[in-house]
Amino acid sequence: MESQGHRTLRPLLLASVAVATAISYATLSAQSKPVAKPLGIGRAASADEIAKIDIDVRPDGKGLPDGKGTVAEGAKIYAAKCASCHGKSGEGATADRLVATDAGKNFDFATNPKLPRAVGNYWPYATTLYDYTYRAMPFMQPGTLTPDETYSLVAYILNLNKIVPEDAVMDRKTLPAVKMPARDRFVMDNRKGGKVVK
Amino acid sequence: MDRPKSISRRRILAAGTAGIVGAALPAAGQSPDQAARPKVPADPTKVQGPLATDVGGRSPFEKPKRVSLGERRTSSLSPLQDLDGMITPSDLHFERHHGGVPAIDPQQYSLLIHGMVDRPTVFTLADLRRFPGVSMIRMMECSGNGGRVYRREGNQTDLTPQQIDGLTSTSEWTGVPLATLLREVGASPKATWFLAEGMDAAVMTRSVPMAYARNDALIAYGQNGEPLRPEQGYPVRLFLPGVEGNASIKWLRRIEVGDQPFMTREETSKYTDPLPDGTARIFSLDMDCKSIITEPSFPDKLTGPGWWEVRGIAWSGRGKIAKVEVSGDGGKTWQLAKLDDPVLPKCHTRFRLPWEWKGGEAMLASRATDETGYVQPTYDVLLAARGPSTAYHFNHIRAWKVLADGTVKFGGGL
Repeated sequence: MESQGHRTLRPLLLASVAVATAISYATLSAQSKPVAKPLGIGRAASADEIAKIDIDVRPDGKGLPDGKGTVAEGAKIYAAKCASCHGKSGEGATADRLVATDAGKNFDFATNPKLPRAVGNYWPYATTLYDYTYRAMPFMQPGTLTPDETYSLVAYILNLNKIVPEDAVMDRKTLPAVKMPARDRFVMDNRKGGKVVK
Repeated sequence: MDRPKSISRRRILAAGTAGIVGAALPAAGQSPDQAARPKVPADPTKVQGPLATDVGGRSPFEKPKRVSLGERRTSSLSPLQDLDGMITPSDLHFERHHGGVPAIDPQQYSLLIHGMVDRPTVFTLADLRRFPGVSMIRMMECSGNGGRVYRREGNQTDLTPQQIDGLTSTSEWTGVPLATLLREVGASPKATWFLAEGMDAAVMTRSVPMAYARNDALIAYGQNGEPLRPEQGYPVRLFLPGVEGNASIKWLRRIEVGDQPFMTREETSKYTDPLPDGTARIFSLDMDCKSIITEPSFPDKLTGPGWWEVRGIAWSGRGKIAKVEVSGDGGKTWQLAKLDDPVLPKCHTRFRLPWEWKGGEAMLASRATDETGYVQPTYDVLLAARGPSTAYHFNHIRAWKVLADGTVKFGGGL
């Protein structure tokens, strides 16, 4: 343990171990049981510090910030910041291919090894594109895009995949409304062990 | 990888120093391999050895290594063929990361838990260590493990256990149950999912059903008796026993409690399983039951007919291994292997079977069954269920072909 405070905290841990253990075991049992008093470890998080790192975006749009972006603006940003890895028009290079519209006759990815999986033919949610681009791209400058830049890139990539028109504007209202072609292909895991191999 | 050319190497080392001494004093005509061996005293009973050290190291004769298959080194595989027992040494635990290994000062570290909770809370590492803790020996496997042999890419005979299935490892993990922290912050009984987020350059995120949090999900700070290794998430990671490794978010900075999955890139565009019926399986978290023989394996060479111990590991993401069977005739007949104690749920389990090689060709294979009754499938059964280009979860039976001269090659799947 590197933490220098660790040793001085030992006595406190020993003093509270009995009650802590009792509450911990309650924790592990059924959730419907009466709520035990918290141990009071940790400090309250402020709304500001939550907002600072709460960057995730859900399919229903929860988490999307204000701002907007266009296909034309996205094309400029893409050329400057994305094309070197993802190819001039999203065809893929050192990084993943972003554009593909063919999913075969019946979403043939399991049976046709030649079918590339990309945004247009495989990604089930458009919001994922915003979430991932904003948090992790560009690869060598992660987390540097503004919301407007991200909306624009998302609009551009969706347009390359023929999912939104050239005059599309992406914002917190329009993006969650985009229905991806692969949306209804995804099914929850039904493997449960037992004799049948699924 | 420093794999012996002949399986007899282990025996020479185990037998003591006689073989080493011979090698340490190279004679004329000796091979470069032997001449390069570490120098040791001719007779260790006649000279005082080195004294105590602050941090120990391996014998200079042992050089197990992780290997990376890709040029970009975003993953590395454990040397399964060099390991005994069930525990993977921490420095040989497989790696997978999406934005490199971040450097994090443990005194600056904090974990935020928020969302559908009564008390959004920030925990320091010292805070986490104050909670009642638990240690558990459990495995973790990458769901892409074995993809190369499932897809039958490239050379399919000269593959080591490491190259085939090295994306699985077992450690003793120590931490605080996530359930304890969720009780502490007052997670809503209506919550059904939580998001875990890392502080690496990928700011990696996965959504996990709350059932895992209520079961055995761990907020881990310890691995095999010491703090986590950096590549395993130092100082704190989520650890989900038996679940595809990608979901056990490392360098954990945030948990958000919610009532629907967040549908991140890593659980939609990746880590989903296209199926032959035109659907794709999503949140296929549990790792199916699997086994692999690690000795004898490529590039071993059996030095002669007679008795050999067939050794390997078996595991299941759904519980304990119930049995492992070994075949010496390519699956025509099977014999029950002995399982080393303890047999733990969601954990590598070492199996062993004395096997008489009568000379000539043989095909060794192992087949594991877990406590749910699931039997490790043949290649054809798995192929029919999943299709040739499905993307993850490759657990069909692995075989090793013993040639008449004792050479061992990967024999593909049964």
